Amino acid sequence: MSALSGGEATRLLVVWCPDWPVTAASVAAGIPLHHPAAVFSANRVVACSATARSNGVRRGMRRREAQSCCPGLAVLGMDSSRDARLFEPVAAAVEELVVGVEVVRSGVVAVPAMGAVSYFGGEHELIERVVDHVSGSTGLECQVGIADGLFTAVLTARRGVVVEPGAAARFLEPLPITELVSALPTEDNGELVDLLRRLGLRTLGQFAELSERTVSSRFGRVGMIAHRLARGLSERPIDRRRPPEELAVVETFDPPLDRVDAAAFVAKTLAKTLHTELGTRDLACTRLSIYAVTATGEELARTWRCAEPVSEGGIADRVRWQFDSWLRVAPADGPESRPNSGVVKLRLQPEELVDASMLQLGLWRSVGGDDDTDERAGRALVRVQGLLGQTAVCTPVLTGGRGPGERVRLVPWGDPRDDADERPWPGRLPAPSPATVFTERIEVTVTDDRGRSVAVTERGQLTSPPRQIEVAGHPARHVLGWAGPWPVDERWWDPHDDGMRARVQIVVDKGDALLLRFRAHARPRWIVEGEYS
Amino acid sequence: MMSARSLMVPDDTDSFGDADNTVARLASLPGLNTASGMAVDAAGAAAVGKLLPVVPELADVLPHRGLRRGSTVSVIGSRLLVLSLLVEATARGSWAAVVGMPDLGVVAAAELGVEESRLALVPAPGAELVPAVAALLDGLDLVVVGRGVNGRTARQLSARARHRGAVLISAGAWPGVDVELRCEEGRWSGLGTSGHGYLSEREVTVHGSGRGAAVRPAAVRLLLPGAAGRIARSGATDAEPMLEAG
Repeated sequence: MSALSGGEATRLLVVWCPDWPVTAASVAAGIPLHHPAAVFSANRVVACSATARSNGVRRGMRRREAQSCCPGLAVLGMDSSRDARLFEPVAAAVEELVVGVEVVRSGVVAVPAMGAVSYFGGEHELIERVVDHVSGSTGLECQVGIADGLFTAVLTARRGVVVEPGAAARFLEPLPITELVSALPTEDNGELVDLLRRLGLRTLGQFAELSERTVSSRFGRVGMIAHRLARGLSERPIDRRRPPEELAVVETFDPPLDRVDAAAFVAKTLAKTLHTELGTRDLACTRLSIYAVTATGEELARTWRCAEPVSEGGIADRVRWQFDSWLRVAPADGPESRPNSGVVKLRLQPEELVDASMLQLGLWRSVGGDDDTDERAGRALVRVQGLLGQTAVCTPVLTGGRGPGERVRLVPWGDPRDDADERPWPGRLPAPSPATVFTERIEVTVTDDRGRSVAVTERGQLTSPPRQIEVAGHPARHVLGWAGPWPVDERWWDPHDDGMRARVQIVVDKGDALLLRFRAHARPRWIVEGEYS
Repeated sequence: MMSARSLMVPDDTDSFGDADNTVARLASLPGLNTASGMAVDAAGAAAVGKLLPVVPELADVLPHRGLRRGSTVSVIGSRLLVLSLLVEATARGSWAAVVGMPDLGVVAAAELGVEESRLALVPAPGAELVPAVAALLDGLDLVVVGRGVNGRTARQLSARARHRGAVLISAGAWPGVDVELRCEEGRWSGLGTSGHGYLSEREVTVHGSGRGAAVRPAAVRLLLPGAAGRIARSGATDAEPMLEAG
């Protein structure tokens, strides 16, 4: 593990799965990988598959725009825990060939190349073995590159090339400066790269030519990191500490931990303990190993490497992802690769530490920092849960169903939100849907022009056109227009069902529009289901 | 300012600059804004994130063409109008909460374009309504309160919103609001008188008014909901906002 922590750029082999979020989402949704697909967050494309890209879909596009470029596009939601969970088999496959695997992020693993190269008899032989083994054991495609330093190695993996030792700077020279964006701390938000580009520095080589002193006085800490990367050095200077052993956080579980939701809870508390522990020593962690021992004595380990010091939430997320993949992913190629019982002991070991000043959170509200917004919102929602109870705060998920109320499932805050089911559902009324969906049953009488009450026949027709409706306790209202009935044929197998048979839309005087529901076997027969305005 | 000017400019050209001079003198008074100054303010506020974005259809009736952080907005007459204020902000990454509205039609909200994964619902806060809203104002950008509270508490919550830079939206009257949007009864289309068709669009007039810098009343005709449940400008009039006589 310590091979990566040296200050000088170490020779690394990087395995990169292209468009990982899309691959993971497609696998999870059962969509074939050659089908055009894109992952969306906040209505914008965050990743798209190669077929979607060849149809003109680009990152940052709005959903509608992307769908107009590529009508068959599968729209998938973002879910980092799913990405991490499905990536575990890839990391495990690489680990079967080479030791010391570190997950950089979902979709990218790095591993020290030196030993493996001499064992397999050459870099190209090693690459061939890795690509074969990953596609053989997981069925997924990956690209491999070897170079000095993580940044360069990731770029070589994207291009599928090998850069000779010491030639990193020459390889980086002609590459566009925008390659730096993903490697820099997120606090920077791409501002530095944008600035450099506007200053006329278009390639990494041009930036690397500046002297270190010039860069440090003008662009600060982020500039220094970028400059080191552009010169083919490792991102952090040599100054780093060996973490003392006692910083590790150990937790034992009795009974064994075997549920993902319990693991998520444990992840939160362990992350808090570790983070406070580090915080009191003024340290922050950039590489974290997660060790687990199962009830049958199996030992599992995985190291996560982060581009920047991880926050408390970051630690919790990684622990949770790791658990998720250990506990949920089905055995791929033999029982020995997965735990077959719950986890009894868990150890978090910081592998690499830096000064906590590198983890300075913004004092002022950041304008574009979405993570920060999400974190603040999450804290506020947890506080309200403390006031009102866990189920009192929900986020809605749209699901299948016909009625406006049935289409919504409320998920308590903190529980996993499953992806919305956006497939067509026969029998739905078209948009718009009512803005108010009454939770209580509001009784209403519907009468025709001769005062007879209106009903829906077995054949799904109204006995007579409605002229007037009256909600108990309110004056009668005149019907200006109506549409329907739309028959609903469901739950006919249930003897206790109220035999709901149809929905009718009605516009009454003063411009209000209502959605009424007719029930054949229940009293009252008509109820107001929703109001549109 | 006058004295500085008279020192520099010869006396015979003084009359030439009178109009300019008056504007400059007025503008230098504290608390007084020129129209162009307000436009610059609004653009500046949007750039530094003091303004939460709204859909362009509603920008015309809002004083700063967006929701100013720290303000309290009351929306009267339409729940869809409340939801449409959340559309653009939630799509751009802000979080919104709806408190005390158990009968909210979430499907309608999603059809309008509200990002439902960033919409938190607190349907039944019960007696803890005020502390819940206060806690939400600390962390979320937009908080919708579905039920009225008494005057003193309302002012406390507004102050909390102002302090925290959140926007408090009240579905109904609220004392001391910065902006009030009023939706006037509209006409539904799409329904026949004999059972054919289905509800498709409703044409409404949205009046916006406010106090302080937001004093200019404006109105706009919209389709709420329009095609596919989204908000749209009404085709009957142009996109130009109408100024009201009063």
